[in-house]
Amino acid sequence: MEELNNLMLGFGVALSLKNVAFMFAGIVLGVLIGVLPGLGGANGVAILLPLTFSLASQPGGATSAIILLSCIYWGALFGGAITSILFNIPGEPWSVATTFDGYPMAQKGQAAQALTAAFTSSFVGALFAVLVITFTAPLLAKFALKFGPAEFFGVQLLTFCSFVGMSREPPAKTIAAMMLGFGLAAVGMDSVTGQLRMTYDQPQLLKGFDFLIAVIGLFGIGEILLTMEEGLSFKGKSAAIKFKVVWQTWAELLRHWKLFLRSIAIGCWMGITPGGATPASFMSYGMARRMDRDPQSFGSGRIEGVAAPETAAHAAGTSALLPMLTLGIPGSPTAAVLLGGLLIWGLQPGPMLFVEQKDFVWGLIASMYLGNVVGLLVVLTTVPWWAAILRIPFAVIAPVIIVICAIGAYTVHSSMFDVVMMLVFGVLGYLFKKLKYPLAPLVLALVLGDMAEASFRQAMLGSQGSLAVFWSNPLVGTLTAVSLLMLIWPLWGMAQRFVRAREKRAGG
Amino acid sequence: LALLTTPGALRRAEELFVDDSSQAGAGAHGVGSRWPELLVALFLMGLALLIITDSRRVGIGWADDGPRSGYFPFYIGCLLLVSSGLVFVRQLLRWRRENAAFASRAQLSDVMAVLAPMVVYVALIPWIGIYVASTLLVGYFMRRHGDFSWWVTAAVSVGVPLVFFLVFERWFLVLLPKGPLERALGF
Repeated sequence: MEELNNLMLGFGVALSLKNVAFMFAGIVLGVLIGVLPGLGGANGVAILLPLTFSLASQPGGATSAIILLSCIYWGALFGGAITSILFNIPGEPWSVATTFDGYPMAQKGQAAQALTAAFTSSFVGALFAVLVITFTAPLLAKFALKFGPAEFFGVQLLTFCSFVGMSREPPAKTIAAMMLGFGLAAVGMDSVTGQLRMTYDQPQLLKGFDFLIAVIGLFGIGEILLTMEEGLSFKGKSAAIKFKVVWQTWAELLRHWKLFLRSIAIGCWMGITPGGATPASFMSYGMARRMDRDPQSFGSGRIEGVAAPETAAHAAGTSALLPMLTLGIPGSPTAAVLLGGLLIWGLQPGPMLFVEQKDFVWGLIASMYLGNVVGLLVVLTTVPWWAAILRIPFAVIAPVIIVICAIGAYTVHSSMFDVVMMLVFGVLGYLFKKLKYPLAPLVLALVLGDMAEASFRQAMLGSQGSLAVFWSNPLVGTLTAVSLLMLIWPLWGMAQRFVRAREKRAGG
Repeated sequence: LALLTTPGALRRAEELFVDDSSQAGAGAHGVGSRWPELLVALFLMGLALLIITDSRRVGIGWADDGPRSGYFPFYIGCLLLVSSGLVFVRQLLRWRRENAAFASRAQLSDVMAVLAPMVVYVALIPWIGIYVASTLLVGYFMRRHGDFSWWVTAAVSVGVPLVFFLVFERWFLVLLPKGPLERALGF
């Protein structure tokens, strides 16, 4: 069992006093970020990333930095549930489905049960996803070591095509958002030839567009504008969790083990393929309702309606790190930001990471186990404080979040131009959200743009410009074929609707 | 841009533009998503043209050492142009049929109530530094959108930037933009 040995090594790294301290700090900051509207996992990590530059340059510092940032991610996943259940305000998009039954439970006076169920399910979902990562990541990495540029581009193509196939937004808009990301990534110096492109002689554009600025603007400022539009007034339930309630809820949850298994399967699948936590939570909620004997009672405060989406969201959020670590392809926007962090710290994500940076990889995986245990304990004991933070009026919170975003954008390159761009991205994010352009493919394309271009050009170089290289062996051929299938998937749905509409017209 | 739309669609679009202005009364309840949809698609098409133009400048073909710099972005630009063009054309075709609500007037004014001070804030940072600008921003929000006394407002709006100052300049040693006030205090 080589994995277990490696995992022990990882626990040795993660259990150092310094790293445990970072773990706690990350979880607490993460819950705070998840609770506050306008700050979420992706842009919270993006804002704090520049602060880790100096940390990561010390020996072993990159491991501490990734532990800090990934724990912020787990914390944000936990935090989203608090606002959904107590305030009926999803702090994160993936906790929207949790409000359906979580808030009714709080209204019935069962807030403590709902919160315990949410936190426990999150924990279970994450734990199983980490188990999946522990045992499949090394295999996948070993397999991926054989990949050439064509295979890498094939995997990237599959990632982006599955966005088109699986997203609920119109395909044209998904493609437009994605291409905008690739276009922005191409601005500045071409990493292969060193030539400047798309700068139009503007000195500010020489460095290109940093994905961190885009994330802070799109998710941070854009979210503030959306929140403002909804005219938030925080009127919520308060809750403290007693130990007895925790036991009772755990006993009740044990009876729903089948629901957990289903939700974990959905979550892991959606996390590894870039479906992400949000669709996973909706899908899992829908499944739980459909499989139940009494579907009508969902929405009135069923504990299953809290457990299912939370399990799936956390499983998806965690397993999104599997493709990031092994293939260098993130399964969610937050994973994309973490991947950007690795690149900035000088680590090349991908299969070689498992060979060259054993301490880093296994320290991170071990910290996922520990971080989620720490997270569960922290949120179960500190719920009343987080609820109190939400009672701070929006007139104070909103400007403070704007200031945090501005500082975060400035610290990336110490440049005022970035702060202005953050505003531009903020307005764009607001418009995109309102007009149903998906943001995740934009961010992913912006992060992966250079890498995708490099592998595409290398593959083309190898084949002297013939696209046939993407059919040259069974592996890359399968990847390309599945990608194309994903790409034309929406057409199939459209054709079905068209036929049905015609039949209707003919019949009527 | 007109290359993508047939003359017939353009003429129809023109009629509809006129039609829309005569229905201005409906706008009192809110803003439809027609115009935002169209303008965002136009904006993306414009960006696509910028990408394509510059890709052609740096070369979209092959050099001795492989594909040139514009090789990949050129196709990206084309795909962006086609996809946003599709959104644009579809919006024109559906102009009369549907106009889903974008936001109500009240909502838009709420959004502007945040966006406008944000723009002023960012514009002020190079002149007076991020700390003084943040004090003004927090103070403005608390007076304008909350019912806080001058005392509370002053305490919070000075306290928040002070905390950020300690965290960033002292703890993390990250330098943020400063203005005349900080210079006078000797930082």
